[in-house]
Formats: sequence, structure tokens, C-alpha cells
Amino acid sequence: MEIKKTSLNKLHQSNNAKFVEFAGYEMPIQYSKGIIEEHKFTRSHSGIFDVSHMGQLFIYGDETLTEELEKIFPLDLKNLKQNCSKYSFLMNEDAGIYDDLIITKIEEGYLIILNAACKDKDFEILSNLLGSKFKMNLDNNRSLIAIQGPKSVEILNSIINGVDQLNFMTGNWFDSDNQKLFVTRSGYTGEDGFEISISNDKAEKFVENLIEKGAQLIGLGARDTLRLEAGLCLYGHELDINKTPVEANLRWAISKSRLSNGGFIGSKKIMNQMQDGASQIRVGIKPEGRLIAREKTKIFDDTDTQIGEITSGTFGPSVNGPIAMGYVNKEFSKVDTKILLEVRGKKHPANVCALPFYKKNYVKGVN
Amino acid sequence: MSEVKFSKEHEWITLEGDVATIGITKHATEMLGDIVFAELPEKGSNVEKDGTAGVVESTKAASDVYTPVSGEVVDTNQAIVDDPSKINEDPEGSAWFFKLKMKDQSEMDSLMNKEEYDKFAKESTS
Repeated sequence: MEIKKTSLNKLHQSNNAKFVEFAGYEMPIQYSKGIIEEHKFTRSHSGIFDVSHMGQLFIYGDETLTEELEKIFPLDLKNLKQNCSKYSFLMNEDAGIYDDLIITKIEEGYLIILNAACKDKDFEILSNLLGSKFKMNLDNNRSLIAIQGPKSVEILNSIINGVDQLNFMTGNWFDSDNQKLFVTRSGYTGEDGFEISISNDKAEKFVENLIEKGAQLIGLGARDTLRLEAGLCLYGHELDINKTPVEANLRWAISKSRLSNGGFIGSKKIMNQMQDGASQIRVGIKPEGRLIAREKTKIFDDTDTQIGEITSGTFGPSVNGPIAMGYVNKEFSKVDTKILLEVRGKKHPANVCALPFYKKNYVKGVN
Repeated sequence: MSEVKFSKEHEWITLEGDVATIGITKHATEMLGDIVFAELPEKGSNVEKDGTAGVVESTKAASDVYTPVSGEVVDTNQAIVDDPSKINEDPEGSAWFFKLKMKDQSEMDSLMNKEEYDKFAKESTS
């Protein structure tokens, strides 16, 4: 199959991107400055991320659509206000996760942002569940641009006036340069920032404009170190079809009002696990010293019994040390529990720690 | 000091008397990206030509460091373990990895000179 390119591919090339294949797309892993500088620039200034490979699924409908979606997602969608977003999951009956996603209620229905590697299958699953009652559009004509970091609000607001009035996890349509953009205040870095849905033919010029105002392009490499410092899950690593939201320590994302009556896919398993606890749970892990424990590193207790596995591990440039996330048996999930990580045949000490590794406050209450 | 020689695994080596100094090439660091961890062989241990003699990790991945010649490890560069970013800054100078007392200096003969290595590195990238 031919590798797919986003509408910013030429711009990545002219900015000396190193490319990798990701979910069938040719995507920039880094630019000439490298992952650590790109990471730090995002934390101190403003980074631009091409996330156009992700799925933008528009589903059109009224209250009946809300009712149907409540049978699928563990969310209180009836009480979700227009232009408000929620983090959620598409699950199977065993609460195994097909995908994690952001769903936003828009005037015409819902906009769901899906992972690139999952979007086609998600579309199929949702089409089967919803039947042909609602118009669904996995929109390939729109690009998705994220801008993240403390200077982002000022930069973006100078191009799209009014985005500074958005609260975290809300969005709206804006007019800019004779086009309709859907902007949400959200992101995947632990920083204040925005995601902008824009038609493909306007994307390159828009990003050039952001660069002119002082933002810089950031690759997937720094996106990964940023999200890991922020303690955020990456599908295919922390989350997959064999993990549930409770095991992933994401019970906060399940609406409380939906737990008493269930009625969403996977609700029985979720309710059982909420009551009895899960046998394994996702935790933050800090190796001692500088050792990096990558994905699939085995975790042991001091009696040589394997108690878990790392799902993501790297060097955190802002933490200035190695960080990881993984699953451990629940009796080892308390903060400050001593564990051992087997790297290149040797066991190295590490500690279970609280997430995130790096924290800033998101913007709330601007209007 | 001898001419700098290079291996296909992207190490450089110089010889002074019977002691070889070994590090990784600038080209290698450019391929790896930001290096954030380095592990070196133990002093006093013996390493065999083309065997592993350390590890470097970038933000992206771990890579073995090989030794292009055999010998006994007589010194290691603790400065790059304490601050691995030095490897990106000066890979073919102050950020050497380890020194070996060589057993068989003829092992140097099969290694590449600078011109050969530059050509090899260019071809292996494209």
C-alpha cells in the first residue's frame, strides 16, 4: 500500500524533517534541532504538531443520536453542553479498548477525534452500531494542527481572534481568512494549547503563518516525550483491546451518572472492576539513575517474581531523567513502591510514582 | 598517535603505543539523535573484536556499541556517563568511550580510513 502524506508534507520537507512511517502515513519524527530542543521549545514557547493523520469523524444528528451514542460511550452526553469535549473510549463487551478518543458536541451532532491507526476500524464499528440512521463522515478533506505551549494562546489569537476565550476542553467554529475552522482548547503535551481543524488546501499557509509569529514545527518524537511526561496514554502502548479503562487508571473519564445503570458497551465489566478493583493497573515509574526502560521491559519484585511490564519509557527532557509507564499487579501500584526493571539481563531499581511527571495548570474559567 | 580508523559499526579508533582509544562517529550521533544514556565496559574486562562493549540510548532507541578490536579495557570515560549529551557535542574528541590495551595490532588493518568511512557512511544512509 502506498504511504499516505498529509497536506503539510512539503512544508515538513522544507523544514528538514526526518520522516518515519506511522500508521500508514509519512510523518516527521523530528526536525533539524532534535527531540530534546523541540520538547523544551514546546514547554517554553509554542510548538506546532501536524496531527492530520488522526481521524476527524463527524456524525450528524439530534437527540436520537445522543441516545444512540450513550449506548456506546461511558459518557453523560445528554448533559454535555454544545462545544464541550470529553475524553472517552470505544470498547468491546469486555471493556477492552478499541480506541481512545475525544468527542465534542457540535451544533450539527458530534465530532470525534480518533487515532490514525484505529480510525478506519472505528468507523466500521460505529457504522455497524449506528446503522444507517445518521450521516457519518470520516473527513479526509480536513487537516488537524495542534499548537501547544505557553505562547500558543497569544500566537493563535493573533490569527484567529477569540480563541483566548475558550476554556480547556471546549471548542467552537471560528472564521478566519474566509474559512470555517473548528478550534478546541486541548492537546497532548500537558501544556495549554489548541487543536485546529482546517481544510487541506488552507493548512500549509496557516502553519506558515504560525511559524512567522514565532511557533516552531515539532515532530512525533517530542510529541511522545511530552505526552509521557504529562502521563498521557498512547494507544497501542498503554491502551489496547486487552486493557480496560479501569486497568488503565482512567476511571475519571467514565461519567459517574452512567455507572449506576450502565447501558453502554462494556458497562458490566467496568462496573465489576470499579467495585472489586482490577488485578493490574497502570502506574508511573521512575528508574533510579539514568537508566532507560523501554516498552516490554519486565518488572519484578524483590523475590524475582514478575509483577508487570513497561508500556512506554524514555528520557524526559523537562524532568531531566528517565521516565516510564507500565502495568503492575495492584498490590505494587502504590506510590513509592520499590520495583526492579530487567534491562539487558540485569535488574535495576525503580520506584512507582504519581502521574503526571510534569504538571502545569490548564486554562479554566476564562469565560 | 596513529591515523584515525573507522569500523562499519560507526566506531572510530586511534592507537597510541599499544593503547587504543575508541568512540562513536559524528555520523553515528547524527543517526541516533540526542543521546541520553551511555553504558561502558568495566575496567579490567576483556572485549573481543566486533563484540558489544557498551550501549548508547537516544530519546528514540537503544543501540549497542561494538569494539572494532580486541583487548583489555584500561580506561573508560565517566564524563559521558554523567552527561551523555557530551557525546552529541564532541563525539570524535573529548567524548571518547573507552581505552583498550590491544593484543593484536594487525586487527587495525581491516578498518577503514577517513575517506573510505565517509563514503561508506554516505552510502549506508541513502
